[in-house]
Amino acid sequence: MSVTVRIPTILRTYTGGRAEVSAEGATLGEVISDLEKNHTGIAARVLDDQGKLRRFVNVYVNDDDVRFEQGLETVTPDGAGVSIIPAVAGG
Amino acid sequence: MAVQTVASSTDSTVDLGPAAALSCRECGHRVPLGPFFACEECFGPLEIAYDFSAYDTEELRRRIEAGPASIWRYAPLLPVPADVAGKPNLNPGWTRLVQADRLARELGVDAGKLFVKDDSGNPTHSFKDRVVAQALEAARAFGFTTLSCSSTGNLAGAVGAAAARAGLRSCVFIPHDLEQGKVVMAAVYGGELVGIEGNYDDVNRFCSELIGDPAGEGWGFVNVNLRPYYAEGSKTLAYEICEQLGWELPDQIVVPVASGSQLTKVDKGLQELIGLGLVEDKPYKIFGAQAEGCSPVSTAFKAGHDVVRPQKPDTIAKSLAIGNPADGPYVLDIARRTGGAVEDVTDEQVVDAIKLLARTEGIFAETAGGVTVGVTRKLVEAGALDPAKTTVVLNTGDGLKTLDAVAGTGLTATIRPTLDSFREAGL
Repeated sequence: MSVTVRIPTILRTYTGGRAEVSAEGATLGEVISDLEKNHTGIAARVLDDQGKLRRFVNVYVNDDDVRFEQGLETVTPDGAGVSIIPAVAGG
Repeated sequence: MAVQTVASSTDSTVDLGPAAALSCRECGHRVPLGPFFACEECFGPLEIAYDFSAYDTEELRRRIEAGPASIWRYAPLLPVPADVAGKPNLNPGWTRLVQADRLARELGVDAGKLFVKDDSGNPTHSFKDRVVAQALEAARAFGFTTLSCSSTGNLAGAVGAAAARAGLRSCVFIPHDLEQGKVVMAAVYGGELVGIEGNYDDVNRFCSELIGDPAGEGWGFVNVNLRPYYAEGSKTLAYEICEQLGWELPDQIVVPVASGSQLTKVDKGLQELIGLGLVEDKPYKIFGAQAEGCSPVSTAFKAGHDVVRPQKPDTIAKSLAIGNPADGPYVLDIARRTGGAVEDVTDEQVVDAIKLLARTEGIFAETAGGVTVGVTRKLVEAGALDPAKTTVVLNTGDGLKTLDAVAGTGLTATIRPTLDSFREAGL
């Protein structure tokens, strides 16, 4: 399963400045593992010490907030768009 | 919590008064002042760290009291240049603190103990003018030429007006189905107003993505990339309340909760006043107020959780309809630390509370004000709020913006222009 991942500005140091990268994986967890292979260091920014999504990270698979879905187990269909976004905006 | 200070500014090219750096609230990672909002280490929210070390308490108090009748009397405690009051902005704040004895009687609070901080008196009729004024100075400092935001309505108007006054372009984003009053009050200032097909959380997500795109380059999003500066404006509510109470802390404050930013900054403001010696330290309780139809924080509070599970909003209190509140975890921390609570009320209770405040104190609140008054009533009835202690309830916006909420209110009678008709109507 190949997906497109939108990278927020604060993580672009890991992607050579690229705002979008491709990754493989059938679930969000697998996508993040694949991202880490090609962009070392990115997983530690998105996941905490227990391997869970950090509380100030929002991740969307297509238009769905994964917290309403199955978190890291959320299925990432072929061609899906994954967005990683800082959660501290708004209000 | 101690007042956060650092020895010196890390970016000498930016003049934002006592603001010295940005510091992550989660992990403490520090970066120079700039248009950044999330920590590059842990995604935590960045906050302003100040250098207040040079202030003498009594000299500072005199300086504040001699200052303008606006938030700029507190410029020494805000991330703004010292000459901010002379720049074109809306000069918000110093709104009235109303001793609400008639409301107190209805709620079962002791006479002389209940106050309403009425922020409907700001230039665009909500507390948002306070926060936008800070963001405007940051936008100037960082050279932005377009002011933008994601908004539930009130912020859109505040940004449009501030940009108009400052001569900046504005382009703001709102959910497409907002109350008509808020749409008109945002559009009239002449900036671009864009409806997004979705709720506030969708709008917020869109703006967060736009910031990282070349299309959003040069844009200052007041509540995204300028959020650390913007949020500090809510501290002025705490400053004003204490000064208006004669430089005393209130015992209890009831604050509406949308993103949770306002409540966390009210607490920060109180802590700063204590740290600076401007008020005597004593315990205070902060209560958060939500509408039941969008109550992710009160739900978490009641369940004893320290994380907030997002909700899909469905309430007439649209200015509080943020289902994924960024500062929700901090609201939980503060409510628990101070011995307060986070409570919610139904839409029906919101409408009843709007009418109650209007008929007892002559204050027409928007739905968020109905939420705080309604929650205050519920807290008193539950014994969570002490009726003998000084309590301040925030009204953050003007009822004229949410007329639909009280749409059933209207004429008592229609009569012919004769005395007979008047008598027949039983008036």
